[in-house]
Amino acid sequence: MSIRNTEQGYGWVAIGLHWLVALSVFGLFGLGLFMVDLNYYSSWYQTAPMIHKSVGILLFMVMLFRLLWRGLNPHPVSPENHQQWEKTGAKVGHFLLYLILFCLMISGYLISTADGRAISVFEWFEIPATVTGINQQEELAGDVHEILAWTLIALVAGHGLAALKHHFIDKDSTLVRMLKPTK
Amino acid sequence: MKTQLKAALLLASTMGLALPASAADYTIDTRGAHASINFKVNHLGYSFVVGRFDTFSGDFSYDQTAPEATKVNVKIDATSVNSNHAERDKHIRSDDFLAVDQFPEASFSSTKYQANGDDGGKLYGQLTLRGVTKEIVIDVTKVGEGKDPWGGYRAGFVGSTELVMKDFGIPTNLGPSSTTVAMDLVIEGIKK
Repeated sequence: MSIRNTEQGYGWVAIGLHWLVALSVFGLFGLGLFMVDLNYYSSWYQTAPMIHKSVGILLFMVMLFRLLWRGLNPHPVSPENHQQWEKTGAKVGHFLLYLILFCLMISGYLISTADGRAISVFEWFEIPATVTGINQQEELAGDVHEILAWTLIALVAGHGLAALKHHFIDKDSTLVRMLKPTK
Repeated sequence: MKTQLKAALLLASTMGLALPASAADYTIDTRGAHASINFKVNHLGYSFVVGRFDTFSGDFSYDQTAPEATKVNVKIDATSVNSNHAERDKHIRSDDFLAVDQFPEASFSSTKYQANGDDGGKLYGQLTLRGVTKEIVIDVTKVGEGKDPWGGYRAGFVGSTELVMKDFGIPTNLGPSSTTVAMDLVIEGIKK
């Protein structure tokens, strides 16, 4: 069992975190699109936003742990066949994925807490409001949240296509090493 | 001489009374927030959501001796809707309700006033909301008028009216008990 990363590849924790975050991001995006168009009398009207906010908060915590784990582990080196522009592109892309995901989660938090209300996470615990009362805060945060959500999905699509390109065209280990630790 | 002066004074005062009363102009006291535009919508048939528009401005002219000449103009910042719940306010501003991106301002301009002789009356006017202009009637009750403690002169009214959301193009169906909005207006003016 390779829990930790090595110079050659990712460990189970990094791989698990990657796919957990990926699944959450797709789920939150779909749920977000779904919930904003719900009819007032839909049985989902209260639950969909509750799940969206709760999962969003939990994802934020997971991402903090992911950053910590990333800092405490060796970073696998790129497969030898990667060109310099691919390496640079990947670095910039990964940085943007992290940055946008964090900004996205923070902007969502700022919508729901704009009036000082806390966010309840599955009625399990609450995250209190901090920044409140910016003029039209929920509107500003809402616009940012929507734009960043689409930007993130576009980036994710590029990220996924790049992985497929490495797998099927370059036939290298880029995708496979995010599926299981390299022996 | 003395009688002449008396006669002149008497003449002057009767002339003064005979002159048509000139309505005084008032600025609605939004600065001191002694005026508010409140709304109330039934929730599911069980309760009410109460909110208000925080930002508006306006003026009116009014003379208690000639109430029919009353005129009122108010501009309302539709984006300032406040129901004490940010997520709901965001929803009210969206296209589902007020579409404030497209229609950031609502306005009311009176067309006539029908006094009922009992310090109240009906104020008719054009309300523009969500880009739709419709005649509405506001039931008005005068609260009072007179000097304030700081050297000014004030007059105040309360008003109420009911708007059908559909009439103003609001597309969202909130249920059978919630098709209308009760508007509750509190207007205090300071004489200009």
